[in-house]
Amino acid sequence: MTINPAEQTSFLFGRLTLEALPLHEPILVATFGAVVLGGLALVAALTYFKLWGYLWREWLTSVDHKRIGIMYIILALIMLLRGFADAIMMRLQQAIAFNGSEGYLPPHHYDQIFTAHGVIMIFFVAMPLVTGLMNLVVPLQIGARDVAFPFLNNFSFWMTAGGAVLVMMSLFIGEFAQTGWLAYAPLSGSDYSPWVGVDYYIWSLQVAGVGTLLSGVNLLATIVKMRAPGMTLMKMPVFTWTALCTNALIVASFPVLTAVLALLSLDRYVGTNFFTNDLGGNPMMYVNLIWIWGHPEVYILILPAFGVFSEVVSTFCRKRLFGYTSMVYATVVITILSYIVWLHHFFTMGSGASVNAFFGITTMIISIPTGAKIFNWLFTMYRGRIRYEVPMMWTVGFMLTFVVGGMTGVMLAVPPADFQFHNTLFLIAHFHNVIIGGVVFGMFAGIVYWFPKAFGYRLDPFWGKVSFWCWLIGFWVAFMPLYVLGLMGVTRRVSRFEDPSLQIWFIIAACGAGIIALGIAAFLMQLFVSFLKRDQLRDVTGDPWDGRTLEWSTSSPPPAYNFAFTPVIHSHDAWWDMKQRGHERPLQGYHPIHMPKNTGAGIILAGLSVAMGFALVWHIWWLVALTFVASIAGTIIHSFNYNRDFYIPAEEVAQTEGSRTRLLAGE
Amino acid sequence: MAYQTAHNAPAGGKPAFYVTDGHEHVHAGDSTPLGFWVYLMSDCLIFAVLFATYGVLGRSYAAGPTGADLFDLSLVAINTAMLLFSSITYGFAMLAMEKGKKSAVLLWLGITGLFGLAFLGIELYEFHHLIHVGATPQRSAFLSAFFALVGTHGLHVTAGIIWLVTLMFQVRQRGLIAENRRRLMCLSMFWHFLDVVWIGVFSFVYLMGVLQ
Amino acid sequence: MSTEPAAAHHGHDDHGHGHEGAHGTMKSYVTGFVLSVILTAIPFWLVMGDVLATQRATAMAIMFFGAVQIVVHMVYFLHMNTKSDGGWTMLALIFTIVFVVITISGSLWVMYHLNTNMMPMTPHDMRNMP
Repeated sequence: MTINPAEQTSFLFGRLTLEALPLHEPILVATFGAVVLGGLALVAALTYFKLWGYLWREWLTSVDHKRIGIMYIILALIMLLRGFADAIMMRLQQAIAFNGSEGYLPPHHYDQIFTAHGVIMIFFVAMPLVTGLMNLVVPLQIGARDVAFPFLNNFSFWMTAGGAVLVMMSLFIGEFAQTGWLAYAPLSGSDYSPWVGVDYYIWSLQVAGVGTLLSGVNLLATIVKMRAPGMTLMKMPVFTWTALCTNALIVASFPVLTAVLALLSLDRYVGTNFFTNDLGGNPMMYVNLIWIWGHPEVYILILPAFGVFSEVVSTFCRKRLFGYTSMVYATVVITILSYIVWLHHFFTMGSGASVNAFFGITTMIISIPTGAKIFNWLFTMYRGRIRYEVPMMWTVGFMLTFVVGGMTGVMLAVPPADFQFHNTLFLIAHFHNVIIGGVVFGMFAGIVYWFPKAFGYRLDPFWGKVSFWCWLIGFWVAFMPLYVLGLMGVTRRVSRFEDPSLQIWFIIAACGAGIIALGIAAFLMQLFVSFLKRDQLRDVTGDPWDGRTLEWSTSSPPPAYNFAFTPVIHSHDAWWDMKQRGHERPLQGYHPIHMPKNTGAGIILAGLSVAMGFALVWHIWWLVALTFVASIAGTIIHSFNYNRDFYIPAEEVAQTEGSRTRLLAGE
Repeated sequence: MAYQTAHNAPAGGKPAFYVTDGHEHVHAGDSTPLGFWVYLMSDCLIFAVLFATYGVLGRSYAAGPTGADLFDLSLVAINTAMLLFSSITYGFAMLAMEKGKKSAVLLWLGITGLFGLAFLGIELYEFHHLIHVGATPQRSAFLSAFFALVGTHGLHVTAGIIWLVTLMFQVRQRGLIAENRRRLMCLSMFWHFLDVVWIGVFSFVYLMGVLQ
Repeated sequence: MSTEPAAAHHGHDDHGHGHEGAHGTMKSYVTGFVLSVILTAIPFWLVMGDVLATQRATAMAIMFFGAVQIVVHMVYFLHMNTKSDGGWTMLALIFTIVFVVITISGSLWVMYHLNTNMMPMTPHDMRNMP
């Protein structure tokens, strides 16, 4: 893969040539073949069942927050398969590349895999899961009809999906970055990464970053402005609170990523000297800036998971959440503290004792509110009537796993110890411990918990339990060996080893990854089996878990307008309060409901952004100019459309609600 | 304390659990000013990164020209005046909007746009001059950081002018309807926000840059 | 642009539409403008006229007048107050200022220590280093 970037640029195709297609890599060719066949089968099926129109009208152009949330989660699950394929390839390589064996992955391929794994898992699995769940649940929890800016929501989703498309393109056209998931300069500069990998990295994250930022603004405005009457801040469900804090962090930190990647792209495209080694550039500034975004990002992911656990614990223990107020304050404190700890990612860079001490201490302080949360969940369970449904199992599994990850985090926060742990597999084990044990478990708990709300039937508990146990056991088997290896000083991102005594640990870790693979398979099986058994698993009440918050007060799946009558909130756990005090669902007097119209503008503008990103990667300047002008023109044209809303007539509302009334009566 | 209102029901009866009179408590566009403000706050962070970069790299001249060698403060003063004038003329456009005077709004918007164009013209002249004397963005980290910060501000002004022209067409076409008033309000925030950023630029980059 | 006609128009400005958040009046815009002109002119004069004894004092003065002018713009042009949108705009602003200050001062602090520890050199070296 040594292609000189200076040669071979044509007007029409930039630096894109046939050599960019990895025809000499059998793994990629086979994957490409599978993707093409799968894609053709999908297209054929959609055409055969005449679903294109339905898909376009009801999903792709939908501004309904519930459908957008579901699309985010589907995107995340698809990308999970890609990211996990990368993971298992790495584990396999490291398990066999001993005793002079080269393994099966050449270094440049291995380096792309670990970079792609990190980028995909954070940006295109964890982020869409979190955003999707917030989209799906938050408006329902606050008694709103939709988010504050429904069109923007659709556009945000497509920008996120567009970023994912660019990453996937890099698999088959060109290469991906070989720099690690944060693309540290100067390695990511044009001197050391001359070809397209880092450019794919930059533009996929820039495109997706726009989506994430706008969705953050959107949900923030939604939570602030659209709560139902009576829902004061201290009556908001905890998941909504964590969503509020997460979106505040998104708005405060994603611009930093956008700016630092823009500076890196200036270095690469224009030849400026921000992060270069000469003419005054300072690569350490890149590391500093990207972690100002990077650390809050970790909390962007984990806070909503904390919110899910809070909802699940209190529902499945049939108790008010213990210490609601302290939970809220702990969330707010974590939000603020997360912004002043970034240097703990580069203690070893040499800031000196005073700086390291400050950031070490702030890092350790974060464990206090986090610990308070753990105790709140435990005290909620204490003397509760615990039902071990699948979401609750994920929650208990989280508590056991996450605490270990938290404690190794505190170990890493001690600067002198960090000089030993830095960049070893100990760190890898730590952050997988908190991200799998915290974020992934939380998102699975959330998906199983809210699935009946989204689709009207529960997920099959048997396969859910299989999936849970495989994930839990697989996680421990896969990552405990990495703690051991890290303590022995084995560094990360290494593709072959000399010391044969290490091999056994890597083999154990690979077995763990295999068990996790079974967990993922069981999860997909759970979706499939539940779909087949959907009539048995059907929930007609809209409240399958005897829930406490407002999303359970409407039907499953909820109508487009969510609530025929906006609820009025008198207490925290509003729906529980309504059930306790014998509310009566109004059966007449419906009014027309004002709703936003669907629009294709989001998918078109995002498509133009993807084309522009692709053109920028390959230096196809005419296409860059064309798509740039087209996106601006498209935005302006869209702004001339004033006809963006309509009324659902009262008769239609009455009809929808009437059929629910009959269902509730058991007819 | 959070539960004070929990039992505000009439004695003995149940409180109202639904809004049944058809009176929506939120209306389309209610959230726009706040949402746009939050977007501006995120933009602030982009500028914070660029200011931080300039703060760190702003003295790394790489044996090249310094701010004292390059900056022409009288030009910067004129530029500052342009932006300040455009801010108050935009204010006048908003006052005219409140009185419902469509043609006055269009007039003041036009004048604002002209001041904005003058600002951009002077900035482009300055950039052209700098590049002409060899102070290109590639010359040193200081110049990279300078061009990135000032250039990003300039790009924002360009975007503002495009938006302003679009909005003039829309006001002419549909008058001062609620949507257009909301958009004028958002652009007003954007425009004044750019002026605030410019205060940081001329203080931190130009004035402090010529100090040695 | 004198303040005289502005004051005369003032009486007509009060019947604005209250439901779209705070708006300025002719008086507030002109006040903001005059204050901004003064607050811009002083630092330019300080630097161009080389008025103060030390560069350090000049730098401090520039920062001070810059900060004051930002407040003036916020109050008179952006109509910041604690009431609009239930105080959320102000809260968002405070939150942002805190994060901006952390980003800028934190970066300067961290990078200053990194430079001193990892690339010890005088400012003179730095400006002349290739």
